[in-house]
Amino acid sequence: MPEAAKNQKLRSVSRMKDIMTEYYIGAKTARETGKKVAWITSGGPVEPLLAMDVIPVYPENHGAMIGAAKMGADLCQTAESMGYPSDLCSYARADIGCAATSGGPIGGLPEPDMLVCCNNICGTVLKWYEIQARRFGVPLFVLDTPVCHRGFSPEAKGYVRSQIEDYIHFLESVLQRPFDLEKMRDVGRLSIEAQRLWQDVLLTLRHHPAPMSAFDAFFHLALIVTLRGTPIVIAYYQELLLELKERIAEGIGAVENERYRLLWDNLPVWYRTKWLSEKFASWNACLVADTYTSAWCSSLPYMDPDDFLGSMAEGYARIYLNLGIDAMADILMEMIDTYDVQGVVMHSNRSCKPYSFGQYDMASWIRQRRGIPVLLLDADMVDPRQFSEAQSEARIDAFMEMIVK
Amino acid sequence: MIAAGIDIGSITAKAAVIADGRLIAVHTLPTGYNARQAGEDVFEAVVCSIGMNPTQIDAIVATGYGRNSVSFAQKTVTEITCHAAGVYFLNPSVRTIIDIGGQDSKAILLDDRGKVKDFAMNDKCAAGTGRFLEVMARALHAEIEEFGKLSLKAETPAAISSLCTVFAESEVISLISKGEARENIVAGIHESIAGRIGAMLNRMKWSPPVMMTGGVARNIGILKALEAKLGTEILVTDYAQVTGAIGAALIAAMNGAT
Repeated sequence: MPEAAKNQKLRSVSRMKDIMTEYYIGAKTARETGKKVAWITSGGPVEPLLAMDVIPVYPENHGAMIGAAKMGADLCQTAESMGYPSDLCSYARADIGCAATSGGPIGGLPEPDMLVCCNNICGTVLKWYEIQARRFGVPLFVLDTPVCHRGFSPEAKGYVRSQIEDYIHFLESVLQRPFDLEKMRDVGRLSIEAQRLWQDVLLTLRHHPAPMSAFDAFFHLALIVTLRGTPIVIAYYQELLLELKERIAEGIGAVENERYRLLWDNLPVWYRTKWLSEKFASWNACLVADTYTSAWCSSLPYMDPDDFLGSMAEGYARIYLNLGIDAMADILMEMIDTYDVQGVVMHSNRSCKPYSFGQYDMASWIRQRRGIPVLLLDADMVDPRQFSEAQSEARIDAFMEMIVK
Repeated sequence: MIAAGIDIGSITAKAAVIADGRLIAVHTLPTGYNARQAGEDVFEAVVCSIGMNPTQIDAIVATGYGRNSVSFAQKTVTEITCHAAGVYFLNPSVRTIIDIGGQDSKAILLDDRGKVKDFAMNDKCAAGTGRFLEVMARALHAEIEEFGKLSLKAETPAAISSLCTVFAESEVISLISKGEARENIVAGIHESIAGRIGAMLNRMKWSPPVMMTGGVARNIGILKALEAKLGTEILVTDYAQVTGAIGAALIAAMNGAT
């Protein structure tokens, strides 16, 4: 294995940490400040909550923090001792374990006043949110988005749109005040602008060498997930974009002497991002794109800044994870071309079945249509008990030996 | 140019020496608990076996799970690349390798220059590995070396359905208590492994000729079960267990002297 090659740190990182700290302090002190808290799924429509001045909190983002803090195994075991099987998603197990013990890196999430669940990312969230609604005795709203195998039928559109109206009524009834349409328009515009900026940030990785890597994107993703629709996200991504453009101008790459460019599929292995990033960097390989973080700007073609409420049904239904695998494969092929990659690393994620389903087919299509190698890496996003370092290392090294040859 | 390859597996440490493109010596030793020591011992043994001393070796490459503990190697290369190089040296017509080692099993596809085109490995599980066979041999009070011949005497292979090594062991114990013939149980174990490896291979676009490497290739029962599963002849050489070490030595020779 070649030595050397380090990862270059971005200076924006410290500002990002401050923003996330402020956000969590705001959420944890909501009771004192008289604000309401809603727990929401990562792909859920957050904008109406912001329009109603509700603080959105994301158990999945919290799950990622638990994973990165290497607290996943303990909290998953807590959920398992409560009777949940080890086959259940580790975000769900970590969240359930955390809610029962107020454990984790920030002492648990603030108690919710309501829950908003959108099944555009998976089916597990339905039962997970039902469990938490029962635990906290709070109302739950479910937005059901049919899978868009290819295209979006008028029936599906009508079905999801009618639920957006139900969602507005749900918020009015829980909060006991009328929906603020004017603020909704502002939040909608800000959300779309933030998604555009996020896309611009990711597109800088087309440059050789890439000014940041997918590992940086995993980290910077937190803002577009948790705070889209607020001005702070826009200010931050503008600043980050500026830094990335400076790096491009100076020819600075995320990985020293970038020689190989790879694409990552699926969620990160949160408790091993540093190890993985150093492992790939030691081969002068940079993960320049990933299907995961780009999902938070993949709906832009369907979103209308002048009619956010009207277009969000389609925007939220047509996110990457809610597509058929043919449509997902088309997006993957496009990314391979856009980012000029020489190989694809697929994290076969024990926790995320909808994301990992179809990877073997997609891998063989990539080999056929693009003629580049694909590595399947077995792991789990939060539960380190599903990760074997020796096996992963052998696979990555052999994969890189194949690319380098 | 005299080059050596050291392959530290989870069960066995292997070494090979290549001189001017010719294989001149191989050696194996149990790895034991100290991979570093096993690497030094097997290297010294292989060098002594040809009446040389370690300073006469121009280049060394280490491979296998313990590759990073071989401090005197100039380079480490994964066993996947090494098996490919070793097989290409032994028989350049081979396009598919099945390597069943102590703690994992792999399928490797080669191009016509002997380079790795694609590979697959068993997931984090001992089923379908040499260790799986060792556990079963212990449960059956049989020597692992007898396993192959025993299974050839089977009339009806017993069904072993569990994928988990520990559960499969319980299944074997339960079959023993039911009075099932030992030969049938061993054949059932082989079929279970062949089924798993066959599925892994069939996920890839494999093509014949197929060669089997790794210590388990000496087991005629597994070989026959795999041939039946894949519907093709599987080649095995006397060097199956040391193919990775041979490949490592070849790569060392190619990379030149230190």
